[in-house]
Amino acid sequence: MAFGTSVDLTSNTGGIVTPNPFWLASAPPANSGAQIMRAFDAGWGGAVWKTLGTPIQNVSSRFGALHFKGTRAIGFNNIELITDRPLEVNFREIAEVKKRYPKHGVIVSLMVETRDEWRDMIKRAIDAGADGLELNFGCPHGMCERGMGSAVGQEPALNEKITSWAVEFSTVPVLVKLTPNVDEINPHGLAAKRGGAHGVSLINTIKSLIGIDIDRFVPEPRVGGLSTNGGYCGAAVKPIAMHMIGSLARDPDFGLPISGIGGVANWRDAVEFILLGCSSVQVCTEVMLRGYRVVGDMIEGLTEYMRSHGFSTIEEMRGKAVPQFSEWGELDLNYETVAKIDPGKCIGCHACVVACHDGAHQCIHPAPKEAGTRVPVVDESECVGCNLCQIVCPVPDCITMAAVDNGFKPATWNEFQSEGKLLRPKKGAH
Amino acid sequence: MIAGPMVDPRTLPEDRSEAGFGDYKPALGPAQALAEANRCLYCADAPCVQKCPTGIDIPEFIRKISTGNLKGSARTILDANIFGMSCARVCPVEVLCVGGCVYNEMDAPPIAIGRLQRYATDAALAEDWRYFEAGPDSGRSVGLVGGGPASLAAAHELRRRGHACTIYDAGKWLGGLNTTGVAPYKLRADDALAEVAYVLGIGGIAVESGVQVGRDVTWDALLARHDALFIGVGLGADRTLEIPGKELAGIDGAVAFIEKFKLGRVDLAGVQRAVVVGGGNTAVDAVRELVGLGVPEVTMLYRGDEAAMSGYEHEWKAAKIEGVRSLWHTQPTAYVGRDGRVAGLRCVKLGADKRPLPGQEFEVPAKLVLLAIGQARLGELVAGLGGVQLEGGRLVVDADGATGNPRVFAGGDCANGGKEVVNAVAEGKRAALAIDRALTTGASK
Repeated sequence: MAFGTSVDLTSNTGGIVTPNPFWLASAPPANSGAQIMRAFDAGWGGAVWKTLGTPIQNVSSRFGALHFKGTRAIGFNNIELITDRPLEVNFREIAEVKKRYPKHGVIVSLMVETRDEWRDMIKRAIDAGADGLELNFGCPHGMCERGMGSAVGQEPALNEKITSWAVEFSTVPVLVKLTPNVDEINPHGLAAKRGGAHGVSLINTIKSLIGIDIDRFVPEPRVGGLSTNGGYCGAAVKPIAMHMIGSLARDPDFGLPISGIGGVANWRDAVEFILLGCSSVQVCTEVMLRGYRVVGDMIEGLTEYMRSHGFSTIEEMRGKAVPQFSEWGELDLNYETVAKIDPGKCIGCHACVVACHDGAHQCIHPAPKEAGTRVPVVDESECVGCNLCQIVCPVPDCITMAAVDNGFKPATWNEFQSEGKLLRPKKGAH
Repeated sequence: MIAGPMVDPRTLPEDRSEAGFGDYKPALGPAQALAEANRCLYCADAPCVQKCPTGIDIPEFIRKISTGNLKGSARTILDANIFGMSCARVCPVEVLCVGGCVYNEMDAPPIAIGRLQRYATDAALAEDWRYFEAGPDSGRSVGLVGGGPASLAAAHELRRRGHACTIYDAGKWLGGLNTTGVAPYKLRADDALAEVAYVLGIGGIAVESGVQVGRDVTWDALLARHDALFIGVGLGADRTLEIPGKELAGIDGAVAFIEKFKLGRVDLAGVQRAVVVGGGNTAVDAVRELVGLGVPEVTMLYRGDEAAMSGYEHEWKAAKIEGVRSLWHTQPTAYVGRDGRVAGLRCVKLGADKRPLPGQEFEVPAKLVLLAIGQARLGELVAGLGGVQLEGGRLVVDADGATGNPRVFAGGDCANGGKEVVNAVAEGKRAALAIDRALTTGASK
């Protein structure tokens, strides 16, 4: 076959080796053995079993979604808790899955309280055949009120202590799942590292309130006459996830393998996460919305991307974007771009005109009447190169941001501060 | 890669009359395709798939368009149907996939599946993306009689399984009706040939053009040469009306006429009025084509009425919008001639019992009369082939395309009596799988 001959998708996340980097995240799609086996048949390389702990009682309803202009569920919210199934059933099914799918990765997510409980659960998970453990220090609803989940993930000392217990008791790799409900992620990743973790996974869901029933005056999801905060996820959280993953990936003190989570809905998202340093990606919401079958396109799209870019292994492409993820003070202030509108492609909607006038720097104008065209005119002497016009333009490749040679040598804010380097005159600042 | 002149579009005459037709359903651009793909609901157990004779995973190929995996999208299509490019254009999607789209159930516009399929497969052909390789040589060989979509789809599938293939085709160009018969506003002959060349690109399919079984080679010789045979010879010549004046100039079979203007030039100067006799899809194609060729007044003449005609409703609706007239419950009784050329048709109205109504005779002027009243079956062609049964001129086959002769299979119009390209492809592929099973479980010469 023309596809996939020269590309190896094998993924290694802190010693957890899977046939490809696509894992089901610990969530409803990974709730039972029957589901996970169907997922493996569809092509998933690994699955993080829905978190095991003392089985809980759930509410109805549990999910809410953010719909935007006719697109359903660009963001998703849940108030479901960890497993509600008996532990012995879960462990029996883990053993069955591993027996039938020895080459796939089964990672067991755990959330308990005391040292003895951790010791007991880890032993049972490993006895059942777990290839790795994921410590759920992330869940931001329900469990944290009981002193678990994000209550642990928000306290570096607690995170480090429990991680060290798990590492002590475990004979398989331990990943710590981090919560994004913190101001900076790095102290928490470093705490997991100090505890001896073999890797981290992030992000867990973000504390959220998804909407209000404006006739009943009750937030959603509605449980009788009340609701509570949930955990936010889905395509809309991807930028937050990528920022936190990138922050850890470029932290020279960190260096642990990362399993990326948060808004991965297609192969392109997965490519971005891997370029940002992830060894594997975990998916939940897209599977909840559309089924295990989405993995086919993910595998094919990633394979084709790797082939066309000359990568033969995940490791060759992993982290390629990390060195370019920098700080504002390191950006070249003399790099200048201006908007160019392709008159052959422009359809004359003037979306760029109104966006520039009202939301940017008033440099794109309707063509003069006598010109007899609706292709707008860019006043390049005023264009600050902000990108807004390109973002609102509905026609692919109609507006491009062209680099301008202004004669100034590169100069960053840091260089300006420390060496007094020459900056170009400001544009649009009058 | 061009396998030879029989699939080389450059060997077609440049001044073909069909070249003047535009696409009635134009290609989608990237922005349109993306917007349409994003509208797809990605149904599970999708009704559109169930309506596709070749079972293309339509939601999956559309999702791949929306994620930017265009190469994978075309693979999903072509893996199920190697003629995905032409089927995207010629399939009656209104009654197949698009007719099944669940958006119809909520009175919303259904997904333009055919146009999205064209978007992906056009790219695959333009970029020459190759997905399929011949299987390891099985040492077995299959002869395929007829060079249309059924045989070609069968040959492609057989090559994927490593069997050697030889196609015997009576014509000059391969592709069957895709090349000679499809309405040019859907698919032109040069595009049809380019697709055949793409299909042959899997390699190992020998082609013998201009070969007619019975005249140039015997069935016995073919059976001696190959382990199995596939028959996909299509249908025969247009049926004629045995009425006075049939020898006049200006009378032609619709299929023959369509082939003339697709592969060459027809001169319709001076034809003010044309009549097409029939009510099936060939008749509807023919009236629309005559309008497109510039005939000012085109009439469809049918012995039944609008409700009884077998031509697709959506096609006939389009024909009416284009100005085509109709004469229902009408039967020609004689051609009227002038100077050796047809000048009209003498007709009689039919009653509800389809019997002529006395005294209701009239004349319809026409300088061109096309007959679209069916095609001859080629049953007699297989007369010398032991075990092969005929029924009403059709080859009798089971669900796998097997005939009564364990080494002979058939599919396409010669077996189904005349259906769509997509049916021919499905039948060819199904027969190929059955042939593969027969060859790998030990049947031999």
